[in-house]
Amino acid sequence: MHSALPKSAVALGEQPVTRPAPLLSVRAIRKRFGQTIVLRDISLEIAEGEFLTILGESGSGKTTLLRLVAGFEQADSGEIWMGGERLDILPPYARRVNTVFQQYALFPHLSVFDNVAYGLRVQKIEKAEVASRVEQALAMVKMTAFVHSKPANISGGQQQRVALARALVNRPRLLLLDEPLSALDANLRRQMQIELKSLQRQVGIAFVFVTHDQHEAMAMSDRIALLRGGELEQVATPRELYFRPATAYVAQFVGQSNLLRCSVHNGIARCQSLQWSCDLPDGNHTLSLRPENVRLAEPGTAPDNVRFHAAVRDQAFQGATDLLQVECAGGPTLLVRVPAKGPLYGELEFEFSVRDAVPAPDSEES
Amino acid sequence: MNAAHTRGPRWLRLYAAAVFAFLYFPILVLAVYSFNGEGVGGFPPHNLTCRWYAMLLDDSAIWSSVGNSLLVAFFAVVLALAFGIPAALALDRTSFPGKALFRRLVLLPLILPGIITGLSLLMLFVAFRMNLSLVTIALGHGTALISVATTEVFAGLQKLDRAQEEASLDLGANYWQTFWRVTVPNLKLPIIGAVLLIFTLSIDEIAVSFFLIGRNNTLPLEIWSRLRRGITPEINAISTLIFLFSLTMILVWYRLGTRGEREPRLAEELVPGAVQEG
Amino acid sequence: MFSRAYKSAITLPPLFWVATFLLTPYALLFCYSFWSVSPAQIIVRQWNLENYRELLRVSMYPAVLLRSMRIAASVTALALLLGYPLAYYLSVHAGTRKHLLYQLVVIPLWVSYLVRAYAWKTILGSDGVLNTLLQYFHITHHPLGFLLYSPFAVVLTLTHIYTPFVFLPIYASLEHIPRRLVEASQDLGAPPLETFWRVILPLSIPGVLAGATFAFVLSLGDFLAPLLLGGPSGVMISNVVVSLFGAAYNWPLGSAISFCMLLLVVALLFLTERLEKRWSFS
Repeated sequence: MHSALPKSAVALGEQPVTRPAPLLSVRAIRKRFGQTIVLRDISLEIAEGEFLTILGESGSGKTTLLRLVAGFEQADSGEIWMGGERLDILPPYARRVNTVFQQYALFPHLSVFDNVAYGLRVQKIEKAEVASRVEQALAMVKMTAFVHSKPANISGGQQQRVALARALVNRPRLLLLDEPLSALDANLRRQMQIELKSLQRQVGIAFVFVTHDQHEAMAMSDRIALLRGGELEQVATPRELYFRPATAYVAQFVGQSNLLRCSVHNGIARCQSLQWSCDLPDGNHTLSLRPENVRLAEPGTAPDNVRFHAAVRDQAFQGATDLLQVECAGGPTLLVRVPAKGPLYGELEFEFSVRDAVPAPDSEES
Repeated sequence: MNAAHTRGPRWLRLYAAAVFAFLYFPILVLAVYSFNGEGVGGFPPHNLTCRWYAMLLDDSAIWSSVGNSLLVAFFAVVLALAFGIPAALALDRTSFPGKALFRRLVLLPLILPGIITGLSLLMLFVAFRMNLSLVTIALGHGTALISVATTEVFAGLQKLDRAQEEASLDLGANYWQTFWRVTVPNLKLPIIGAVLLIFTLSIDEIAVSFFLIGRNNTLPLEIWSRLRRGITPEINAISTLIFLFSLTMILVWYRLGTRGEREPRLAEELVPGAVQEG
Repeated sequence: MFSRAYKSAITLPPLFWVATFLLTPYALLFCYSFWSVSPAQIIVRQWNLENYRELLRVSMYPAVLLRSMRIAASVTALALLLGYPLAYYLSVHAGTRKHLLYQLVVIPLWVSYLVRAYAWKTILGSDGVLNTLLQYFHITHHPLGFLLYSPFAVVLTLTHIYTPFVFLPIYASLEHIPRRLVEASQDLGAPPLETFWRVILPLSIPGVLAGATFAFVLSLGDFLAPLLLGGPSGVMISNVVVSLFGAAYNWPLGSAISFCMLLLVVALLFLTERLEKRWSFS
């Protein structure tokens, strides 16, 4: 097998960014419901104008974290600060934070107009201003035609827009969105992702977006905070998360990944029948290798690539690409993504660059 | 709405406590004075005694009225189920002209003052030249309480998965077999709930019975006739016993269903539009 | 999926019952209200409007009806005043004790109507519990006469009886308000009281309507509490009907009054159903 000695940190957006003072700062938050620990020691910062997504499976604590920021739950310990003020001691109605709820939570007894005007009227803002701001907000989400409708008489996507307008009209410093797109069908959902993102750029308000859908998170966010079992697994840009997953869990949760469990001895990594030279310290390592980073071997490629023979066990057509399941004699079995060019049979030669197999340690089970 | 973050403002807690006191004060008075030595009234109660309970035990008129009430309640339950269950089925799975009127008529006695149900039935029995007796009372109770059976069972049907019955028919059972083997077992809880409710309501019923009474008194009518003669602790004693009986019935009722399921039903029963067309 | 025979089997028996024991009796009530009684106390089946004219001519009838409606309205208002805050407290603030407290409200509902009316009689009488209690603590020296045999006693008793009935639908409608709407209101800046007025109260209107209709209709038609506790000043419309069907033996006139009551109730039910539709958004 071939060997290579790439430095692990390459040009993949790891340059440290100097951030302004954070808008929201979550400090060492713990929360339990009865015997269940929902959040343990969460610390997180959100910058002005940032689009941050909290990504996690159901039960990971992502909605609880959002509700703590909104003020619907109280943390057992820890603090939340916003712009130099302690936030977690304020009741929800005194926080300059607004929420777009999962099922929108539009008031069924109020018209679209009255729903959007709600926050302004509660603040005793004068009538003329209420009217003009509501109109603006509705125009922004293209719902002007439905001012007088009741929520029950408009579609899910339209309710979504109204919920957004209702929150944004108050000019919050931070907008929380709790899986707002999960109730929409796939096409509408993709469209709303794009609209939501451009809307966020337009208003310049920081968004905290909760979702369990990694594609959605990748498509929209400046940064993603991946939660797992009440702990932050990794907070990073989508690209970092994808190409430099901090843990095996991240590698598997975000996109598809081959996890190579190998042992390194004197600069040689072995994973079942595969081996190559590397600069990892001696011991056992888990490396993440994306299926698209494995290719059909071509003559004359870089000498430090790992080349191996494997039998095609399965081929799934996925449009532009085929996803192969290939088995090396003596293991391992790998997922390989290749351009779709027609059926592949038998034993073929594949290769991958050692640089693409990045360490992704198994985190201890919680 | 479940947001139990706070125990609420102090005044609201005190207010709620006061309402509870108002609800329970008369019942407490009733029970305490059933042990009072010298008649009802007078504060504080004195010479506590079980004499009135002993007297009650020997009171054959009371006990025969209790027997009458039980008999009436039994037939009221049978009638209300025999016609209330089909009515619920019909509301759930058929459509016919006049169905809306039918639904309103079935449910009307639930909210109509008993005097109207009682009087109009009296006229019917007179027109049919039927002698007033326990039979007419049972018919009256049955008519008034069909609505209870219908609302309970209809609610059960709404939750029933229609596919179960389809599966039964698909597996070769006919409608009659499907009804007994699939539909009824699935409605067991609402039916038992309806039985207990109808039974309790019938035992307590007086406004309808008032007009349909023949020679034999039901328990409430027996108490009524004595109340007109003046009040005695013996009535407190029987009232306390009725209270304990009602309490037992309701405890049995709660035992049967999970809490979450039972409570809204009872409440929705009182909502006029509770049963919408299925 | 159901055959014709099946549908007939479930439809015809209840239809028969409804026709015989509900529709026919109401029709008879209607017919009687146009007949009359001869001096020899025989029902004369000749159609005329005499009974209805009588109801308008003799001022006693509208006066008693008006009093009944006043009493029923008082009962409804008081029961709402007691029942709504109780329901709100249980639904929002009672926490884990909610189920226990709920059952505590329901239990008095099953205590015999008569028994409860009787209990109030023993409390309010001139040598009843309340008067002797007041004298025992030297708050008064003579028994207070207005407590029993007055509209006050009737209103108090009926309020006691119908408060749980009013509580139940209000509680149910409060429980049906999704928690997220309350949170949304707070999120948009409304403090608790404002949230109550703008969100909780409007969304609990169907429950209020149902409870109020129940309390109003049933107290309007009550005749036992007035007989037992009302005295001459507490006579209600149903007492008039009872006496017309009893000693006075004028079924046709009694029927005319009953039929008016039936119409009133049905009209009220239609009205509430409409209002309820307007206020329900599920």
